[in-house]
Amino acid sequence: MSGVRVLVGTHKGAFILTSSDRNGRWDVSGPHFAGWDIYHIKGSPLSPDRLYAAQSSDWFGQVIHRSDDGGKSWAPVGNQFPYDGNPGTHQFYDGTQHPWEFKQVWYLEPSLTDPETVYAGVEDAALFRSTDGAETWQELPGLRSVKGHLWQPGGGGMCLHTILQDPADPDRLYIAISAAGAFRSDDRGQTWRAINKGLHSDYELPDAEADVGHCVHNIAMHPSRPDVLFMQKHWDVLRSDNAGESWREVSGNLPSDFGFPIAVHAHEPETIYVVPIKSDAEHYPPDGKLRVYRSRTGGGEWEALTKGLPQKDCYVNVLRSAMAVDTLDPCGVYFGTTGGQVYASANSGDSWTTIVQDLPKVHSVEVQVLP
Amino acid sequence: MIRLILPTHLWRLANTDREVEIEVADPATIEAALDALEARYPMLRGTIRDHVTKERRAYVRFFACGEDWSHEPQDMLLPEAVVKGEQPLRIVGAMAGG
Repeated sequence: MSGVRVLVGTHKGAFILTSSDRNGRWDVSGPHFAGWDIYHIKGSPLSPDRLYAAQSSDWFGQVIHRSDDGGKSWAPVGNQFPYDGNPGTHQFYDGTQHPWEFKQVWYLEPSLTDPETVYAGVEDAALFRSTDGAETWQELPGLRSVKGHLWQPGGGGMCLHTILQDPADPDRLYIAISAAGAFRSDDRGQTWRAINKGLHSDYELPDAEADVGHCVHNIAMHPSRPDVLFMQKHWDVLRSDNAGESWREVSGNLPSDFGFPIAVHAHEPETIYVVPIKSDAEHYPPDGKLRVYRSRTGGGEWEALTKGLPQKDCYVNVLRSAMAVDTLDPCGVYFGTTGGQVYASANSGDSWTTIVQDLPKVHSVEVQVLP
Repeated sequence: MIRLILPTHLWRLANTDREVEIEVADPATIEAALDALEARYPMLRGTIRDHVTKERRAYVRFFACGEDWSHEPQDMLLPEAVVKGEQPLRIVGAMAGG
């Protein structure tokens, strides 16, 4: 079919929402993998009907599925994520050292250049790569050598939750870890360095400007300008104009600069979106008003987008992987909430409609434009 | 032939029924039963016990003949009623896990 396919991962299954025009009826398929926690489900940019989904469960651990027909049918694939060698220890919540232990997959990133290659970000934080369509996974252990003993869990665990590929340079990868920071590889993931200069974590770290340990919640880029990165940190919204070599704060007039997701408009590289949350202790929108904030100036100056969103008594959260944009014109923006709503805007955020309103807690939202 | 009852998540994952019958070689231990189960349904590897250490996952329990076998050594012989197929070996998700 042509149109838009929205892939939603929730606390109790995956849902696939499709529409031919974004403004009319949405078809809701699911729950897929009913009862499983779906942290992420994402399609290959090279082969859109090739989908990968990560299921996890406190009972039964990690499972990965692959679909080659756009989610109509699924096959279980590799679920073994062995750390390379003895992974040693990282910092625990209380500052002591704690052994590295695999818990679950947070993020799946299909390759931009090879449909059989896919990356996985996991907890305890590490990056894995499969080159056989997710049948087998190999760690890229160079990442953990970047002061891994100083990484520590954020509120959600010590998770590698964001993977970005540079479309202009297949050797370059960016990842983000909570709570370790942002990292860059210029050799396809073999070696890494921290790119956290300019981040300040006054309330979270003994050294507010440490190389590693920052609770980065999400990073985003526009594919036409891969050296420009945007970051939602625990507190603070930041940007980098030099591939992460340095960052500057662009929180500007946001009502709160705490939040989780950040996204870039598909056609305007200086237009970005965040969802301000009141604080680290109060994970809901300020004043009970669900507002997406848009900056058309790459940060600094922000406007509230409220039309169609609840403006009273709203106390949901929007998690770090739960916002995405499509590539249609005008750009579509989508996000899901911990209250189970998925909202869509077909006009770059000017107004919003509710696609579904009673799903389980939404972990992730991805969008595909179908030919 | 040993009868195994699987929790919902796992029989759906294995695309089978709630109860499966597995031929288990002697000696019929929990370990042997799980080896046979995973051989027939490889997608269950890692979901009941660790891929490498073979340790039972924390929120998985084994019940047989009204007894909790979760903490018995995995090389202990299963009860005769289970080995004869009169009673199932039940693989259960712990109540605390969900």
